[in-house]
Amino acid sequence: MAEQNTTGSTTAGSIEVGTAGAGAQLAGPGTGRTTVHQPIDARVAVKPSFDVNDFPVPTGREEDWRFTPLHRLGGLHDGTAAAGERGEDKVGFTLPDGVTAETVGRDDARLGKAGTPVDRVAAQAFSGFEQALVVTVPKDAVLTEPVRIDVRGEGGVRFAHVVIDVKPFAEAVVVLNHEGTGTRAANVELLVGDGAKLTFVSVQDWDRDAVHAAQHSALVGRDASYKSVVVTFGGDLVRLHPRVSYAGPGGEAELFGLYFADAGQHLEHRLVIDHDTPHCRSNVAYKGALQGQDAHAVWVGDVLIRAAAVGTDTYELNRNLVLTDGARVDSIPNLEIETGEIVGAGHASATGRFDDEQLFYLQARGIPADEARRLVVRGFFAELLQQIGVAEVQDQLMEKIDAELEAAV
Amino acid sequence: MATLEIRDLHVSVDAENGPREILKGVDLTVKQGETHAIMGPNGSGKSTLAYSLAGHPKYTVTGGSVLLDGEDVLEMSVDERAKAGVFLAMQYPVEVPGVSVSNFLRTAATAVRGEAPKLRLWVKEVKEAMAALQMDPAFAERNVNEGFSGGEKKRHEILQLELLKPKIAILDETDSGLDVDALRIVSEGINRVRSTGEVGTLLVTHYTRILRYIQPDYVHVFAGGRIVESGGAELADKLENEGYEAYVKGGASE
Repeated sequence: MAEQNTTGSTTAGSIEVGTAGAGAQLAGPGTGRTTVHQPIDARVAVKPSFDVNDFPVPTGREEDWRFTPLHRLGGLHDGTAAAGERGEDKVGFTLPDGVTAETVGRDDARLGKAGTPVDRVAAQAFSGFEQALVVTVPKDAVLTEPVRIDVRGEGGVRFAHVVIDVKPFAEAVVVLNHEGTGTRAANVELLVGDGAKLTFVSVQDWDRDAVHAAQHSALVGRDASYKSVVVTFGGDLVRLHPRVSYAGPGGEAELFGLYFADAGQHLEHRLVIDHDTPHCRSNVAYKGALQGQDAHAVWVGDVLIRAAAVGTDTYELNRNLVLTDGARVDSIPNLEIETGEIVGAGHASATGRFDDEQLFYLQARGIPADEARRLVVRGFFAELLQQIGVAEVQDQLMEKIDAELEAAV
Repeated sequence: MATLEIRDLHVSVDAENGPREILKGVDLTVKQGETHAIMGPNGSGKSTLAYSLAGHPKYTVTGGSVLLDGEDVLEMSVDERAKAGVFLAMQYPVEVPGVSVSNFLRTAATAVRGEAPKLRLWVKEVKEAMAALQMDPAFAERNVNEGFSGGEKKRHEILQLELLKPKIAILDETDSGLDVDALRIVSEGINRVRSTGEVGTLLVTHYTRILRYIQPDYVHVFAGGRIVESGGAELADKLENEGYEAYVKGGASE
């Protein structure tokens, strides 16, 4: 077994080897597809479903809800949001030549192909949206500038559904930027065609009082590359569910994330990578900083390597920098392996405070303490941003981080 | 002329069973243009002296004084000491992930000089200093000390010494972990800075090896938390031949 548990892990991780999590094959709604591969979390009892009524209302005792303050979800989990006042979003598009963005009805055949809602909130979003957005990057198109979808929430409750369909051998960067406020639940489907390359950047730059839950379901085609970049700064409660499964061998997924939780914010990222196909790779790196009373970050990284997924190579990492007292991190990497015929599988999680030696080193060069702290935090995130590979996006995110640090540290 | 005066300096660290005194009354005066070698066995406290002068929070000064041109160094924060002209080249330079060498150097130079150096002149200055230390220009884009070899870390320390132009340079075991070529390059860098006559150098070392390249004006033997003998360069030759045995008898060294 090629698994490893990297040193420096300060939180509990678990590696389970066995037959847990037998795959279920589900059909999408009216998609014409006979089956959709669905990851099943061994720890989660409820099967994925498009219908909100298939999920009981969570109580907070369930494994996948135990960290989430349900009373701050704005009723997304118990039907009260669905019955509440609808809100509007202002949405702006930047569409490079050849890229289309369509608003379609619920019966559009392209919906529901990449994944099925795995919890009641995602199913509520699917059951509740009125029109979906389908963005298509045509076959062989190599975009030289990013597709941008700028969403500004204007209060109220809104359910959304977005499909990003990158056809075979196309290459695209898609940025989904969230600002403003409201109570929002969404499903984002990412179809990465055979041989295609997609970098999907989701920025949560919400106002302080926003509530946002979303499931990002990616289906990575044969020899395709998918890069997910999740950046969460704003909101009162943000709970994101980036998920990856593979439609053919040779697929590659990189999931990068960074978050900055201030006093009272709850920022939760739950990742699932379902290796159900041979010779695919995945690499996860999430980094967060926290400061202030009751700043709370939750990171759960589930990687499942099924018996069929020989030749899998996977690694996941979570690092947290706790800047003040009163903040809390829950970090849980989890690896389930059903075959030993893999290239590698590992995980690491560490949560720490400022490294006093780093600060001393910088101060000993004349750099004042507050500036030294900013440099260290900036560096902590920059190390991750350097891996995004899209200069324009990197610069924009670095500016946001600088603004956050200017206001905070 | 800049002068560092250390008088009856006592320093403790927190140990499991309460504070433990490491420096037990150090007296030393270093003037601009002079080079003092502090030599001693492991555990004698010579690195503690170096870090205490720079203000490392691990060490508590329990007595004595340190003045730089009459200003009380012990009252200054770590960064204020650097701005006042105290520089510590560390034995184990710290990695700072995600912070590039070029960004770090410019931030430090801006802090120490009190204004941002003019970009064009700065680029030239860094380039020349790096070339003199036989450092690849690509080095500037790497993260501070991350993945550096032992030799690269020490060259990077001396690069900072050359760029920050302190009044008092404390070099803590700069020779440790260097092969002969790296030792020569690093020593030449130190000698370039010394030759300006603008810096007082405190060379902390266990071995006499680096003194073949850097001729000290004074040699001090450090044992048991204080200076036990002082002399000229010839004292280093004596240590080379006889070792520290004469100074550590009776458990004077800790």
